[in-house]
Amino acid sequence: MSDDIIISVHDLCKCFGSFTAVDHITFEVRRGEIFGFLGANGAGKTTAMRMLCGLSYPTSGSGQVAGFDVVTQGEQIKRHIGYMSQKFSLYDDLTVRENIRLYAGIYGLDRYETLRRTVAVLNRLHFRSEADTLVGALPLGWKQKLAFSVATLHRPEVVFLDEPTGGVDPVTRRQFWEMIYEAAAGGTTVFVTTHYMDEAEYCSRVSIMVDGKIEALGAPAELKSKFGAGSMDEVFRILARGAKRRE
Amino acid sequence: MSGFLHFVKKETLHILRDRRTMLVVLLMPVVQVLLFGFAISTEVNNIEFFAVAPNRTEAVRQQVERMRVNPYFTFKGYIDQSRIDRVLRSGQAAAVVVFTDDYDRLVEQAAAGAVDEAAVQFILDASNPNNAGTGLVYLQRAFQTDGSVTADSAPAVRILYNPQMKSSYNFVPGLMGLVFILICAMMTSVSIVREKESGSMEVLLVSPVRPIWIISAKMIPYFLLSCLNLTVILLLARYVLGVPMTGSVAGLVGLSLLYLLLSLALGLFISTVSHTQVVAILISGMLLMLPVIMLSGMLFPVENMPGILQAVSCVIPARWYIEAVRKLMIGGQSFPAVWQESVILLAMTVVLVGVALKKFNDKLE
Repeated sequence: MSDDIIISVHDLCKCFGSFTAVDHITFEVRRGEIFGFLGANGAGKTTAMRMLCGLSYPTSGSGQVAGFDVVTQGEQIKRHIGYMSQKFSLYDDLTVRENIRLYAGIYGLDRYETLRRTVAVLNRLHFRSEADTLVGALPLGWKQKLAFSVATLHRPEVVFLDEPTGGVDPVTRRQFWEMIYEAAAGGTTVFVTTHYMDEAEYCSRVSIMVDGKIEALGAPAELKSKFGAGSMDEVFRILARGAKRRE
Repeated sequence: MSGFLHFVKKETLHILRDRRTMLVVLLMPVVQVLLFGFAISTEVNNIEFFAVAPNRTEAVRQQVERMRVNPYFTFKGYIDQSRIDRVLRSGQAAAVVVFTDDYDRLVEQAAAGAVDEAAVQFILDASNPNNAGTGLVYLQRAFQTDGSVTADSAPAVRILYNPQMKSSYNFVPGLMGLVFILICAMMTSVSIVREKESGSMEVLLVSPVRPIWIISAKMIPYFLLSCLNLTVILLLARYVLGVPMTGSVAGLVGLSLLYLLLSLALGLFISTVSHTQVVAILISGMLLMLPVIMLSGMLFPVENMPGILQAVSCVIPARWYIEAVRKLMIGGQSFPAVWQESVILLAMTVVLVGVALKKFNDKLE
């Protein structure tokens, strides 16, 4: 694996009984890029992502994340990645500061480092006055931004975002993507699934999954010209038309 | 390991922030002990009675006077034979004591050992059979002293361990069996399932902390809370209810800790089979609480159950725990007396911990 490839997956499969959720997918993600992982609900995105995060073993095939094998080195992978799910993952009954400290503790940051990064996060989000507010009292947009900061607190090599902007207003979505760009510029690879096709346009490269297979892979501009479409939305619809699985 | 301590702190904060639940958990055992100890008791006090005495002789009046000063009875007055039915029906009294015309003569005869006719008749309202039964026993006792109810026909009874037959004693072990199941099993399972529901569990599983540590960290605060409750219950039992606790206290505590562990394993098991908090509460309620209340011997003696229910009660951990606590706490026995219950509980704990951990690990895949 060359140095600038952070995720490489070869013929990865996951079967549940006779159902093949992920069907021989092969792709690579380069260091520092924003990789959009698209697909309709039930196309197998989440299953594929869970395998990359070391949460589930592949049925067959191989893959490496941050230089570790997804089959045998799940525990090491977990140390080098960050994860944020579509569901809000912070604790409503803990304060902003306590939430940050908890995750710092989970990833083994020492006291000094925890303090330094807590201050950095609070400053960047203009949250200093809210440090001791219970997270449950914050608006959803703020929570999502905080969740992202917490997911990248330990400076992971890759951060996996599973539909991070679901249910968030357009202004906050825009701000959220600015944070994603900032992280990518800082060298963190971003692996993001989304339903919003306008967000797909922000990605360096995207893959589109249909029925467990990757049907298209490339930069948004490339895909648009390949399918003769005006927008990613159109590209997605052309591909999704062939889908047999329904939710 | 530092991650682990952060988790314990986080779980403790969850519990401390949820003031209402914490208050319920801390106060519930106290309220229950006091409630069952004083308010709800199967003892019968204040049996209200009328007397029917055609011949109010000295002996009759002495007997009634003795009962008037007895705290278990309340004398309501003399009535005529014809009103017996009415006072009982209207609930003015629970019993009527009818003295015969020649009470004096019959009592003397009975005292001399020649019994041919009863000197008194007790008429009781048995719409609550328990009260009536207990009332009858009290009445008989009250009359034994004057010989009108012959003592020699009844066996001499000596009641061991709980000579005053205080029912509040009996309730403490049952209460312990229930409270610990409730806190350890129900609350632990709900708190694990809550994280599954909210999605935070997934984030924790992606982190480098081992799942088993995440779960252990969840259990520790509930375990400590239960230990606090155990202490409170034992102190209340000893100093408020006056349970003698002459048995092995160390054995009692040891056995309780084992039971706590078992309850935690049950909680973990429930959390692996339920996907929402509601389901977890229902499973705890239906599969744990009801059997503990109905079948463990807490309220109804296991020996009186039909065979099939007795068999079912054998797999309920609380049954063995309550039985053992009863022996240690009220029976005043030492630890070896409960070795059988201890072995059964230990075996159940080992099996449950094994099954729960296996199920938990399978679920992760």
